[in-house]
Amino acid sequence: MPKDSGIGASPKRREDNRFLTGTGNYTDDINLRGQAYVHFLRSDMAHGRITSIDTSAAAAMPGVVQIFTGADFEGVGGIPCGWQITDKHGEVMQEPAHPVLAQGKVRYVGDAIAAVVAETAEQARDAAEAIELDLEELPAVVDMKAALQEGSAKVHDDLTSNLCYDWGFVEENKPAVEEAFAKAAHVTTLELVNNRLIANPMEPRVAVGDFNRATGDSTLYTTSQNPHVIRLLMGAFVLGIPEHKLRVIAPDVGGGFGTKIFHYAEEAFCTFAAKALNRAVKWTSSRSEAFITDAHGRDHVTTIQLALDGDNNFTALRTDTHANMGAYLSTFAPSVPTWLHGTLMAGNYKTPLIYVNVKAVFTNTVPVDAYRGAGRPEATFQLERVIDKAARELGVDPIALRRQNFITEFPYATPVAVEYDTGDYHATMDKLEEIADLKGFAARRAASEAEGKVRGLGVNCYIEACGIAPSNLVGQLGARAGLYESATVRVNATGGLVVMTGSHSHGQGHETSFPQVIAEMIGIDESMVEIVHGDTANTPMGMGTYGSRSLAVGGSAMVRATEKIIAKAKKIAAHLMEAAEADIELKDGAFSVAGTDKSVAWGDVTLAAYVPHNYPLEDIEPGLEETAFYDPANFTYPSGAYACEVELDPDTGKVSIARFAAADDFGNIVNPMIVDGQVHGGIGQGIGQALLEAAVYDDDGQLLSASYMDYAMPRADDLPFYQVDHSCQTPCTHNPLGVKGCGEAGAIGSPPAVVNAVVDALQSMGREVTHVDMPLSPSRVWQAMQG
Amino acid sequence: MYEFDFVKPSSVAEAVAALGEEEAQALGGGQTLIPTLKQRLASPSKLVSLGGIADMQGLRLDGADLNIGGATTHGTVAAEAAGSYPALAVLAGHIGDPAVRNRGTIGGSLANNDPAACYPAAALASGATIVTNAREIAADDYFDGLFTTALEEGEIITGVRFPVPEVANYQKFLQPASRFALVGVFVAKYADGVRVAVTGASEEGVFRWTEAEAALSGNFSADALDGLTVAADGMMADIHGTKAYRAHLVGVLAKRAVAASA
Ligand SMILES: Cc1cc2nc3c(=O)[nH]c(=O)nc-3n(C[C@H](O)[C@H](O)[C@H](O)COP(=O)(O)OP(=O)(O)OC[C@H]3O[C@@H](n4cnc5c(N)ncnc54)[C@H](O)[C@@H]3O)c2cc1C
Repeated sequence: MPKDSGIGASPKRREDNRFLTGTGNYTDDINLRGQAYVHFLRSDMAHGRITSIDTSAAAAMPGVVQIFTGADFEGVGGIPCGWQITDKHGEVMQEPAHPVLAQGKVRYVGDAIAAVVAETAEQARDAAEAIELDLEELPAVVDMKAALQEGSAKVHDDLTSNLCYDWGFVEENKPAVEEAFAKAAHVTTLELVNNRLIANPMEPRVAVGDFNRATGDSTLYTTSQNPHVIRLLMGAFVLGIPEHKLRVIAPDVGGGFGTKIFHYAEEAFCTFAAKALNRAVKWTSSRSEAFITDAHGRDHVTTIQLALDGDNNFTALRTDTHANMGAYLSTFAPSVPTWLHGTLMAGNYKTPLIYVNVKAVFTNTVPVDAYRGAGRPEATFQLERVIDKAARELGVDPIALRRQNFITEFPYATPVAVEYDTGDYHATMDKLEEIADLKGFAARRAASEAEGKVRGLGVNCYIEACGIAPSNLVGQLGARAGLYESATVRVNATGGLVVMTGSHSHGQGHETSFPQVIAEMIGIDESMVEIVHGDTANTPMGMGTYGSRSLAVGGSAMVRATEKIIAKAKKIAAHLMEAAEADIELKDGAFSVAGTDKSVAWGDVTLAAYVPHNYPLEDIEPGLEETAFYDPANFTYPSGAYACEVELDPDTGKVSIARFAAADDFGNIVNPMIVDGQVHGGIGQGIGQALLEAAVYDDDGQLLSASYMDYAMPRADDLPFYQVDHSCQTPCTHNPLGVKGCGEAGAIGSPPAVVNAVVDALQSMGREVTHVDMPLSPSRVWQAMQG
Repeated sequence: MYEFDFVKPSSVAEAVAALGEEEAQALGGGQTLIPTLKQRLASPSKLVSLGGIADMQGLRLDGADLNIGGATTHGTVAAEAAGSYPALAVLAGHIGDPAVRNRGTIGGSLANNDPAACYPAAALASGATIVTNAREIAADDYFDGLFTTALEEGEIITGVRFPVPEVANYQKFLQPASRFALVGVFVAKYADGVRVAVTGASEEGVFRWTEAEAALSGNFSADALDGLTVAADGMMADIHGTKAYRAHLVGVLAKRAVAASA
């Protein structure tokens, strides 16, 4: 029977009350007394030298407070990168300077050259147009392979080339991999592109900087997924403000999808200018600005090869990727094509030998960084596509080929440095076959054919790694941060609780699901628990939300803190009932003495903690508030199997998604409804990538898809109703909740299912098509049909 | 947006007078013009709204002609032409989203003549007459390439007169992002022949596919188009479709339009 509260129940999301009634408090809703507005003058050239910049006429325009250029930021720090990769030769990556405002050169369309602060946003924009700027155009570096050729123009003159790093993983495996390929009975090769995407959260980025002259304190309100990370990066590396003099607040945030993890120059600018001008400074990104300044995602060009023996066992895998970094290194950019990608190349399969090579390349394009899935979709896509291609070449059933090569024993140490704790890939595949009704496919294909449509079926698996950890390991891998999470649980005198979490909710529903966990642990109503997040002044130092880590890592910290609360409360209860602490039991919100009918309510104990008249003051302190930092022992490894059925219009090449089924193993589930929603949203974004979305640059580095007129976001009628199931549960063995994370799975698992299905449809028409690059627009599919 | 003055006259004469001023511009539904202003790509000194002119509103059936006021919204046409000219109503009902349809006007659409817009195909295939404050212009003489028309500076489309065809159909293949027509084909059959107009495809803007018209005027069936193609040369190409793809779609959509109306 479904529960109506606690873990496993699906209460409606309490935060939706304010989101759906227009009463949220987003950064753009924050307007401070006397605030000024900034408008950034941005480069319309992909690559150019700033030969002169004259702001004198602009400075005299109405309402202008001050105009800043790169010169004002000499001596100020640059935007730091949070991850350092060591390449296959043992050298550290090339790491260019990343100034707040361009110095000397502009390096992508959108690069900020000057910042005009004025009384109104319109005045700032007017004045920006009056700045006299001379740019000498330089050849734009756009294509990654061309960027690495001898003689290519350089994005950064002071680097030796456009190569950020050349990463080999695991370098020691390489000779054995080569040997396995030499001996293989069959080798399947696939070249593919993982298309560049723009996250497009509904809320564009906003920053409001504030400065208090009396105290010397700076405050930044910003659209961030991780305010503590911004405080550390901006305070320590850019502006030199110690954390105790800097507060970062990320209030309601309208979607992030990764692109709001990173520390952006606009945040540093507003904080800097507020102090320089002694007044609040606000920046609100326009949608057009978002397209050319929010970090983009994906953009890999890959060749993958799979070696099989005569019995169709996978014997080796090698893959060679060019990963676009864009013009500068965004906060976590270097980690995405490496540790979040290479480590996933084993997938669900016991391939014994794997070698991954990644060349990260600078180009004159917007910086590229993590986007929902971050590295794992790129790994899953190529792996599941090459397996599908192999099955078709060998004439074997794609599901059978996968099953034959599944990992079945856990824990399992992959040849790419990670250890899967649990999983049951046959179980998720069994569940998929059931919910997708694969048996009924032939009949559905015939029905489509009768209507002049061609139906295709694509199936794939995925594995993902969430809650990247532990900190000491990621430190060895180059992370310049820890990856723990924190929680403070404060119990009030009358029994209500406030959880101050380092996680950040920007749509995920923490305010609903986190209280379910506490309600379950204590046996009280969820309404007694409130979640506070997003403000460095009232939450413990935390790392924020990305990588599907909130419940697995942040939830675990909350559990640990709550365990401390319960332990102390039991001491108090024991005192109140004059019993031994070991005999105290907590159930349904009451403490009782085992084997007796003595009990005290939760509220009696919490009151005693704050009104300690009858209290063991000699043993324990008054009050009931505990903090825990949780550093996981390992990643978590959600997995699943997805099936997509497409219908293809043979006259136009238009693909529609007819059915989509997802069988996921997320370990234990706290709120099934929220998990459904996360999977639905993820699949929507995955289908968007597969069919619709593409950030396209021309040879001059101009973004051709720079608005919704040309960047196709998925809409409701592009998407089917989904069959989703998460009843296959192999709980995580190393976190207290046994949870694995579900935020990115849909976006990771769905693109290969769609492409596999389209290739299936095309082959069923007799076309010798083995691959079509995403997005599978009607034009591209039609082109593929022409053979 | 730059600053501008705003007037909302209640007669065509007043509007024409207001538009006589330097850098004044007509405002229909604003669905094209307002985004352009927001991006600061235009800087009229004065906007003359046509929304307050009663004479430019609504639909009127006069014998075999459907007259539509130049300031009539797509939403109104979708609702009110359903009985008199169903293919036109369906076309109007698939422009943009409800907000766009409730503001955008037929006059604005024809004045703008976006190469991917829908109404130009209907006007050209229907042999419509564009009625302005100064004259009447046959559709065949009106469209003049991308975003250009026979309209003079300050001239206002006060109405459009559509001869109602025996049967007609519009097939719109969506550009995936904007959902304008990647290609749109409007087929209209009259007693004296068939007219076929194509939008979204050509570098020259909306055009009549005369070979198809000849074939269909003899035999109004999809088969009559077998073997007919438009040349890929001269088609538009962008990230959503190649020239060859657009040329191919013209043939597919023309057949579908005939099949749907036959
Ligand atoms: C999201 C979106 C989706 C859209 N999708 C489609 C689509 O699928 N198909 C399609 O065809 N269109 C589409 N449009 C365009 C829409 O139909 C516009 O309404 C139309 O192109 C312009 O009409 P308007 O009344 O809004 O004109 P305005 O934007 O007000 O004006 C456009 C131009 O016409 C001039 N003008 C306006 N009225 C007159 C007049 N009566 N006489 C002379 N000049 C005039 C103005 O001065 C201006 O130059 C879309 C627009 C949007 C915003």
